[in-house]
Amino acid sequence: MTKTANQTWIILGATSSMARAFARKQAAEGAAVLLAGRDMDDLKLLAEDCRLRGARLAEALAFDARRPEGFDALVARMEAEDGLLNAAVFVGSMPPQAEIDADPSLIDGTITDSFTGPARFLQLLAPRMEARGGGTVVGVGSVAGDRGRLGNYVYGAAKAGFHTYLSGLRNRLTRAGGHVVTVKPGFVDTSMTWGLPGMFLVAAPEKVADDIARAVRKRRNVIYTPFFWRFIMLIIIHVPEMIFKKMKI
Amino acid sequence: MIWKDTTYTGWGRALAAKGGLARPERQAALASLLADGLLPAIGNRRSYGDAALNTDGRAIDMTRLDRFLSFDTESGVLEVEAGAMIGDIAQRFAPLGWLPAVMPGTGFATVGGCIAQDVHGKNHHHMGSFCQHVISIRIRTHKGVQEAGPEKNADLFRATAGGLGQTGVILYAKLQLIPCKGDVMVVTERRIAGWEDFLAHLDRSEATYTVGWIDATATGASLGRGILEEGETGAGLVPKRIRYRKVPFEAPHFALSAPIVRAFNQLYYRRVPASGRTVVKPISDFFFPLDKIHDWNRLYGKRGFHQFQCVVPIASAPALREMMEKIATSGLASPLAVLKRMGPGRAGHLSFPMEGYTLAVDFPNRAEARELIGRLEGMTVSAGGRLYFAKDALAGPESMAAMYPELSQWRKQVTKADPEGRLATDMVRRLKLRDEA
Repeated sequence: MTKTANQTWIILGATSSMARAFARKQAAEGAAVLLAGRDMDDLKLLAEDCRLRGARLAEALAFDARRPEGFDALVARMEAEDGLLNAAVFVGSMPPQAEIDADPSLIDGTITDSFTGPARFLQLLAPRMEARGGGTVVGVGSVAGDRGRLGNYVYGAAKAGFHTYLSGLRNRLTRAGGHVVTVKPGFVDTSMTWGLPGMFLVAAPEKVADDIARAVRKRRNVIYTPFFWRFIMLIIIHVPEMIFKKMKI
Repeated sequence: MIWKDTTYTGWGRALAAKGGLARPERQAALASLLADGLLPAIGNRRSYGDAALNTDGRAIDMTRLDRFLSFDTESGVLEVEAGAMIGDIAQRFAPLGWLPAVMPGTGFATVGGCIAQDVHGKNHHHMGSFCQHVISIRIRTHKGVQEAGPEKNADLFRATAGGLGQTGVILYAKLQLIPCKGDVMVVTERRIAGWEDFLAHLDRSEATYTVGWIDATATGASLGRGILEEGETGAGLVPKRIRYRKVPFEAPHFALSAPIVRAFNQLYYRRVPASGRTVVKPISDFFFPLDKIHDWNRLYGKRGFHQFQCVVPIASAPALREMMEKIATSGLASPLAVLKRMGPGRAGHLSFPMEGYTLAVDFPNRAEARELIGRLEGMTVSAGGRLYFAKDALAGPESMAAMYPELSQWRKQVTKADPEGRLATDMVRRLKLRDEA
């Protein structure tokens, strides 16, 4: 495998705390990090931070999952770098289910942010990765995508779609020497979960970033992070539907 | 959600606050939180008492605003967001030959917290306090974002250094780092037989970093015995990797009972050979010895603990010895006790340091210990010394003006920076620091 220092990572949704922790890890290894998101002021601070932590190059780039017209420019920026091209997708949005119930049009945005937006970007990037004979895509999904639940089933549906997309993309990129890691985090201590009731065993974003980096190194296909969520979800997936439909979890 | 309603504590876990905490991850999020007025900012809550608590109010957790913003490889000037941790800075910059000029006893302390307590380190006798190496800060006061430093807005800076967060929300800080040889420490450890000997060694020490561990259970001829550690930075020697450990549960209260502490201290003292020894340690091991065990404060059980720390002038050394005797004969002390020589360096009106000796001892949170700490507080005042706000959880307001003679100057600046008193914390209310005398 090529050394991290020669690699280029684009990080979509780089202002999130999980993405920040992951970007810092790649920076410490000397990779080039392209930090894409909406809050450009914040991304510029993060770019400076990554440079000071050892990134060969760190740049803030504008990315909005709902504006695919900007995607070509991002891919072109990546292509200007030598070496393998990698992408880590941390975007997604989770409006409270009650708000969606009140305004079903929020479904479109949720699915664009969490699934179709990043999928369209990756679809543009895939041929470039194939041309270079490798590279890794990290797609951050969610345990919420493993089974639809009362509390967030629109978000869950979007992530389930994304999981399936990643599985197909893995099938495709493997043929060209590339790889796709599907990451299913449980509860992570981010601004999305801050203050939500019912959180337990909440993982630090740095812990999740460590798990992702290890999965990239070992070319794992699907990981749960922290690992025990695999067992929690195994149980949840296997509850018979006639019981599950009456449960409130 | 923006606000989390929660119960949170200081590091000693003896005091707690119930209130709303927000934890912005971006400057824009912080700005919108402050749009309706100032709120107290807190860091990693490594102050032992209530300096970072705001009961029935709100506070802003700054720990996610922790980025490095610029570094000049020529001058060693580093700019960071206020939530950046000292240990994080040391870990990144020591291999490049730079260290924060002053580092407190835990790497988890944030830069904002280090400024608000004007912390000191094992090199205080040479380098002075933390804020003496702060080139400038950007702070959000009642008037908006202001820049302050030893020259520009010096009044605001003097009130902010050690000012317990009462002048505003520190957003960014520019720090002057100091050159170091590398990322390991060469440490000489030697046994010290008793109190007078300890003071003499501390006075004589020429090392860059000096600290004394003291056996706070030893009495009689052994009173004040301990281990003197002297350190210099070094390079090229690869130390063992540190493994972090967690305390998985709260210890039962007898874990730190007198016989166990006495036995532990005996072993700890004898660990260093009578002839002394020189060891090589990772930088973090020397500066942040307890950070290896995350949540070590849980060792004291549910009731938590207190740390008493005072500084007294050199001339009051006999009074400090009396305090040591009281502590040693009480049988209440924990293994954690530290004696250090301090220089005169301080940067703010409420900065802790003064030229003299500082003693810090941990006690479990029990009635007898609280009573003892109360007596030690009185002895500190009579000795012309003062208590450290980063540690205190028990003192009353009466002796504050005596310990901190610049209190009224500080108040004047604080009133200007936060006229509505929105930044007051539990500690400020307990010690009536902002009430006009």
